[in-house]
Amino acid sequence: MAEATTNGKYKVIGTRPIRHDGADKVTGRAKYGADYTFPGMLHGKVLRSPHAHAIIKSINFDKALKLPGVKAIVTSKDLPSVANKLEQAGEMAINPHHLSMNILAHDRVLYDGHAIAAVAAINGHIAEEAVRLIEVEYEVLPPVMTVDVAMKPGATILHKDLRNQEDGDKQTNVAQHYQFKRGDVAAGFKAADYVVEREFKTAMVHQGYIEPHNAVGIYSSDGTATIYCSTQGAFEVRSFSAQVLGMPVGKIRVVPAEIGGGFGGKTTVYLEPLSVLLSKKTGAPVKLVMSRAEVLRASGPTSGSQIKVKMGATKDGKLVAAEIWMAYEAGAFPGSPVGAGAMCIITPYKVENFLIDAYDVVVNRPKTAAYRAPGATNAAFASETVIDELAEKCGIDPIDFRIKNGVKEGDAQTVGPPFKRIGFIQTCEAIKNSPHYKSKLTGKNRGRGVASGFWFNAGMNSSATVNIHADGTASVVTGSPDIGGSRASMAMITAEVLGLSANDVRPVTADTDSIGHTDVTGGSRVTFATGMAVYEAAQDAVKQMIERASKVWEKKPDEVEFRDGKFFAKGNGVPPMSIKDLAPRFSRTGGPITGRASVNGRGVGPGFATTCVDVEVDPETGKVQILRCTIAQDAGKAIHPSYVEGQMQGGTAQGLGWGLNEEYFYDEKGILRNVGLLDYRMPTCLDLPMIETCVVEEANPGHPLGVRGVGEVSIVPPPAALANAIYRAVGVRMLETPMSPPKVLKAVLKHGGSAQHSAAAD
Amino acid sequence: MSKKTLVEATVNGETVEFLCEPRQSLLESLRDILELTGAKEGCLTGDCGACSVMIDGRVVCSCLMFGVEAQGTNITTVEGLATTGTLHSLQRKFLEHASLQCGICTPGFLMAAKGLLDRNPEPNEADVRYALAGNLCRCTGYDKIVKAVLDAAADLRTHGEGKAAAR
Ligand code: FES
Ligand code: FES
Repeated sequence: MAEATTNGKYKVIGTRPIRHDGADKVTGRAKYGADYTFPGMLHGKVLRSPHAHAIIKSINFDKALKLPGVKAIVTSKDLPSVANKLEQAGEMAINPHHLSMNILAHDRVLYDGHAIAAVAAINGHIAEEAVRLIEVEYEVLPPVMTVDVAMKPGATILHKDLRNQEDGDKQTNVAQHYQFKRGDVAAGFKAADYVVEREFKTAMVHQGYIEPHNAVGIYSSDGTATIYCSTQGAFEVRSFSAQVLGMPVGKIRVVPAEIGGGFGGKTTVYLEPLSVLLSKKTGAPVKLVMSRAEVLRASGPTSGSQIKVKMGATKDGKLVAAEIWMAYEAGAFPGSPVGAGAMCIITPYKVENFLIDAYDVVVNRPKTAAYRAPGATNAAFASETVIDELAEKCGIDPIDFRIKNGVKEGDAQTVGPPFKRIGFIQTCEAIKNSPHYKSKLTGKNRGRGVASGFWFNAGMNSSATVNIHADGTASVVTGSPDIGGSRASMAMITAEVLGLSANDVRPVTADTDSIGHTDVTGGSRVTFATGMAVYEAAQDAVKQMIERASKVWEKKPDEVEFRDGKFFAKGNGVPPMSIKDLAPRFSRTGGPITGRASVNGRGVGPGFATTCVDVEVDPETGKVQILRCTIAQDAGKAIHPSYVEGQMQGGTAQGLGWGLNEEYFYDEKGILRNVGLLDYRMPTCLDLPMIETCVVEEANPGHPLGVRGVGEVSIVPPPAALANAIYRAVGVRMLETPMSPPKVLKAVLKHGGSAQHSAAAD
Repeated sequence: MSKKTLVEATVNGETVEFLCEPRQSLLESLRDILELTGAKEGCLTGDCGACSVMIDGRVVCSCLMFGVEAQGTNITTVEGLATTGTLHSLQRKFLEHASLQCGICTPGFLMAAKGLLDRNPEPNEADVRYALAGNLCRCTGYDKIVKAVLDAAADLRTHGEGKAAAR
C-alpha cells in the first residue's frame, strides 16, 4: 500500500508503511500483560463490595486463608498511610490518600465493586474460591448516585473531610467549582434576537477497551519491585504505585507490555500496587487480571453529567451570549473532567459574553478516569445541539453557521490566550465540500446532522534515543506505550531525518529504567511530543555523524553537509558517504553514535473535528440506524495517514456508541446491572457504516513537522451530530444520552410525529 | 482441587495431549497449559470474540467451551494461520490496510474472517459485517477491518490460499 508521499517536502512522512509490530500482532506472538508468566507465579483475585455505600465493620479471612493453595491475603491494613493532599506525581497531580482508598477500601466502601481485599493462590480458580470465603460485615448507607441528589442540601456525605473553596468548613459532595466568564452576559442576551435554553443529561460510559486490566508484580528480596502491565503510562504506574506502597520511585521498574486499548482508562493504577503487595507477602511473582465485570464495576469510566446551556444569537446568525451550568459525576473521589469540559464547551466559537459554572461532584460510582478528550464530549452534546437549534432559528445552514461564528487564528480561547494557527473552519469546509454533505438524503424518517468538537491536546514530557547500528540502520527508543500504531510513526520520523527507509528503523518502547521520563500515551501527545523528541534525537545523531565524517575527511564539521541520507564534503570532488559507509568507522572516530533528546512539549496545537451523520429512525421501535458518516479533523500533519484515519474512525465509532447505546445502568440500591458486554452495548460491525475521513492538514506552528496529535477530538462531535440528525428525521430534540430505542420511541410518541421545534426529555 | 483429565486433540496440525481440570475453559487450556496466548480473553461470556478459534472448521468462542470438550477435535488458533513463516492473505491484508490499532481483537477477527472465507469466498460488505458481528473492536470503527477482509477474499480468489503472493 506504499504510495507517493502527499507532501513533496518529505520522503517517508505521509506514506503508509507496514507497522513494525504488525507481524507479531497478526500471528498471536505479541505479548500483552495477561500473556506474561513467570516460574512459580501465583494468581490473584480481588474481593469487591456488593454495596454502593457502606461502612466496613469487620473483615474475617480465616476461612479463606485455610483453603489449600491460598498463599496470602491483603487488605488496606497492609498499605502505609499516605498524604491526604494533592501531590505531583510526574506530570499529574494526585491525592495519594484517595488513590490508596481506591486501591483497597479503608473503612468504607464507596461504590459497587470497590476493592476490599486481594488473595494470592496457586491458580485463579482457588483464589476466586478464597475470595468467596472472606466474611465482611457492613453497615449499609444510602447511596448517592447522581449529581442533583449529591448537591442537594442535606445530602448524604461521601467524605467527611471533603471541603471546597466556597463553602468554608461545611461538609459537601462538591469537590470543586470552576468559573469562566467574559464580557457582559445580560447585555449579550439583550442583543440577541433568538435565545435557546435547554437542559441535558449524559449517562456515565466506559472506554470499553477489549483488554481487561492486568499486572504481574515481582517483589525482590533486595527491596526492589518490577511490574509488568498493560498501561498507557509506565512512568505513571511507577510513581502512583510508589505513592500507594510508600516505596521510593527508584526501587520500582515498570515494563510496559503490549496494550489492548486504553482510551484514557489505563492512565492510573488498580491492580499494580496489589500485585507488588501480594508478591512481597508471598515471595513469588503474582499476576492479577480483571474480569469484564470488574472492568465495568471498578475501573474508571467517564462522568455522567447534567448541563444547562442558554445561548443567544442575532437574526443574522451571530452568537452573542452563552450562560452555562454543568455538573459532572467524579465518581467516589474528586476529579471529574468538568474543568476541561467547561474550557471546551464553547471554545470553537467567538462568543463575547459568557458565564460558565462547572461543578465536580462525588457520587457512589467508580472513580472516573480519563476517556478520550475527557469532558469535552458531554459538553459538546449540549452546546452543539443548541447551536444547531439557533442555526435553524436563524434560517442558516448549520455548517455555515459554524463557519460564520468559528474561531480562527488570533481569536481568544475560553481560557484567554489567543489561538495560534488552527484548522476549525477548514474542518467545516471539508465537510461542506465532502461528497457526503453534497449528496441528497431522501426517504422517510431520515435526517442529517452535523456537529463540531474541540480538544486542547497535550504536550508534557518525552524522551527518545536514536541508535545507529553498524550496518547503517537505526533503532529509536521511546517511553511511549504504543496503543494505536505510534511506533510506526516514530520510526518514520527517524527515517525521514536520517534519510533511511521506514523499514531500516526499528522502534522500541522501553521500560522505566531504560529511557528518560516519558508521560502517558494520552492527550493526543505521542506523535506530537514524543515525535518531537524523536525528531531532535535523530538530528542529534546526524550532528554527531557530521563530526565523524569531518574526521574521516580531515575537514571541519561545517565543511560537511548532510542531505538525503548522505554526507557531502564541501569543495573538492570527494564522493559522498552514506550512513552505511560511515557506520563501520564509528569506533575509530570516537565510539558508537547515540542521538538523544528529551522535551517538555511546548507549542501544543489544538485539535478540531466536524462530523456529519445520516440516520434513519424507526418510529415504531425508536431504533436509530446510521446510514452514513463522515469526519473531518485537523491533524496538523499526518505522519502515517492510515493510523490518523484510524484514530478518526475509532473515536467516531466510540462517539456514536456513546450517543446511541452505551450507559451505566444502576438500580435504586446503586448496584450496576449491566456488567457484561451484551448489556453494556458497544457498536458492532453491523451497527456502523464505513466511516469516511477528511484529513485536514493545517500545520501546527509549534512542531517541527507541523504535528498536532489526532487521538481524541474525533469522539467529541458524534453524540450531538446524532441528536441533530434525529431531529431532522423525526422532529424531536433529544436531550439525553444514550438516545437508545426506548428513549427515542418515547420522544417520538410524545411528539406525535408532526410539529417542528419540539423537544424531548425524559 | 478437582481431578485432572487427559485430553488429546490436534492443535495447529500437531497432536497434543494435555491435562486439565474440568472447570478450565478451552481458552484457559490453550493459554495457560499449551502456552498458546494468541487467543485473548476479553469477557469470558461469549460477547467479544477475542478468544475465537476454529474447531473442526467452525469458529467458536474458546471461552465458552471446556478444555475437556476438545477431546478428539481439530483446533486452529491464530498461531496456526501462517504456514511456515508465510502470512495468510488475511494477515497480510490486515497489515496493509492498517486494520489493527491495539491489536487485542485481531486474532479473533482473523479467525472469524477465515471462517467466513472458508464458507463464502465471494462475500459482499454485508456478508462480512454479518460474519464479524460477534467480534468487538473498540479501536478501529471496523472500517479498515471490513476492507481488509474484502481485499483478502479477492486476493484468495486470484491466488489461492497457499500461493498468495508474498509482498
Ligand atoms: S473472551 Fe470469549 S467471547 Fe470474549
Ligand atoms: S484494534 Fe484494538 S480492539 Fe481492535
